[in-house]
Amino acid sequence: MSRESRRREDESYREWKGAYRPYDILREASIALGVVLALAVGLTILFSSPDLKPSTVQSWSRSDPVDFVTTATTELDGTSGTGAYGPPYNHASDGQHIAFVYLAKWFGVSHPINTAQDFVLAPLRSITRQPVLQAAISAYQAAPASTQTGWTSAYEKALGNARARPDGSITVKPGNYGPVPTMMGSLLTFAQSGGLDGALLTSKQFYQTDYTKPLLFMSDGGVLDSRAQQQHLLGTQWGMMNETGSYPGQVWLWLYTFWYQIKPFSTSANADILVMGVMGVLSLAFILIPFIPGVRDIPRRVPIYRLIWRDHYRTQRADGA
Amino acid sequence: MSSTTKRSWTASARKRAVGALPPEKLLPDSQPSYMSSWIYVFGVLTLTALIVIIASGSILALKGPGWWHFTGIGHFFNSIHLWSVELFFFFMVIHLWGKYWMAAWRGGRARVWMTGAVAFVVAVPCALTGYVSQQNFDAQWISTQAKDGLNAAGVGAFFNVTNFGQMYSYHVFLLPLAVVAIVIAHVLLVRKHGIVPPFQLSDRGALLASASKADPEPVPPRDPSVGNERARDAVSGKAAP
Repeated sequence: MSRESRRREDESYREWKGAYRPYDILREASIALGVVLALAVGLTILFSSPDLKPSTVQSWSRSDPVDFVTTATTELDGTSGTGAYGPPYNHASDGQHIAFVYLAKWFGVSHPINTAQDFVLAPLRSITRQPVLQAAISAYQAAPASTQTGWTSAYEKALGNARARPDGSITVKPGNYGPVPTMMGSLLTFAQSGGLDGALLTSKQFYQTDYTKPLLFMSDGGVLDSRAQQQHLLGTQWGMMNETGSYPGQVWLWLYTFWYQIKPFSTSANADILVMGVMGVLSLAFILIPFIPGVRDIPRRVPIYRLIWRDHYRTQRADGA
Repeated sequence: MSSTTKRSWTASARKRAVGALPPEKLLPDSQPSYMSSWIYVFGVLTLTALIVIIASGSILALKGPGWWHFTGIGHFFNSIHLWSVELFFFFMVIHLWGKYWMAAWRGGRARVWMTGAVAFVVAVPCALTGYVSQQNFDAQWISTQAKDGLNAAGVGAFFNVTNFGQMYSYHVFLLPLAVVAIVIAHVLLVRKHGIVPPFQLSDRGALLASASKADPEPVPPRDPSVGNERARDAVSGKAAP
């Protein structure tokens, strides 16, 4: 079809010159509102809505002290997920990229987080009247970086075989860990008392609504993952488009979640930026369908419109007969 | 028209608005005869679901973000809010698919399609900010998962899903405002351009008639000056003059 004939054909659809029927738009809207309200109330009465209590650093450190201490040690030496994340939290890496496009790096470190300082050292420094702990922190900070890494690496290895005691503390095989066990023992006690939850929210002002630090700390450990697995929320389980329990979640994110299930996205170190890139292009294409040859022509080649307008075509045939 | 009226911004704006959307187009009491399918219901269902979302969300906002966790009535309104969101997306997706198969952008209606598509695209982060503002385990999990895609795209630098205060602001004000503004634009464009007419059938049935055969419909022409009575006559088969 030539461009001119397409233009003339399109023009013919601009205004309907055929018959009209009576219609009450406000009545239709009122009935629709009643129907939707009834559906929402009905679904509410039948199914309510989920509300699983949030995890806290306190509940995590009490239910799995070994995982908590292991995570805290990786925060101390910067090898945790957050410690090695890169922008927008720190400069540990350049972040994900597509070819030469480093969007995360270009937007920079907007929410600076030093995991050793923010998650371990500062909270421990806030514990007063414990000279042994304060001396241990000072010893750790005074040690060369290589010595610090030696202590934390050895301790992390030993934590692989650590056991939790009934009182909530942990047992680790003796070794050359320097002041790390003293620090981690105090941090564990502090967390189990609930103090660390508050310390991670401490800011320069009284009011606080930013939960970035405690959330990142917990997501570096296994507490959120294990609960998410029970609730079929892991990435391999179509992730965050699901809702806790058996409720429908953000099912409209199915395509976004779908890409994470297949290669190359499922095995790529840059999966997030690749998926975001694909979804960005697809979203733009979705908006611009009227201008995309091929995609815009499918509806007239697939006769679904004959079903939609079957009454209209039937009337046309009857009138033409 | 007096020279004063000609210079008046208000008069010019009114003239343009009424010209683009005269009252009979804005609040029509008749519709084209081809609109006789259930698929047309999903547009208005989407709109009314949005009204229920805003109403239930406003009640939740009035009482604050913690209210629904510890009161039965709060939980009830949270459930209404959740289910109306689910209904909203359900209706909107069906509406969009229906409009796609109608090729609803024909006849100069590209902006109608585009505003509808943008409404969907903006509604997604509007819902996401609601999910991460729930203050429960679901919010914790979704925010710690969603941050990676947003951070990778650079968006995380100014849109931090683990910052409850920021997400709550986006959810109760900024993004709903954007959704409502786009939906209003969409509805006004629909009213201005009308609902897209059916594909014209050629002799072979499935293909379109050429423009030279435009308007082969065996129904009488619509005279915009003719009222509802004439429209009823047209449907019942009485020919218009």
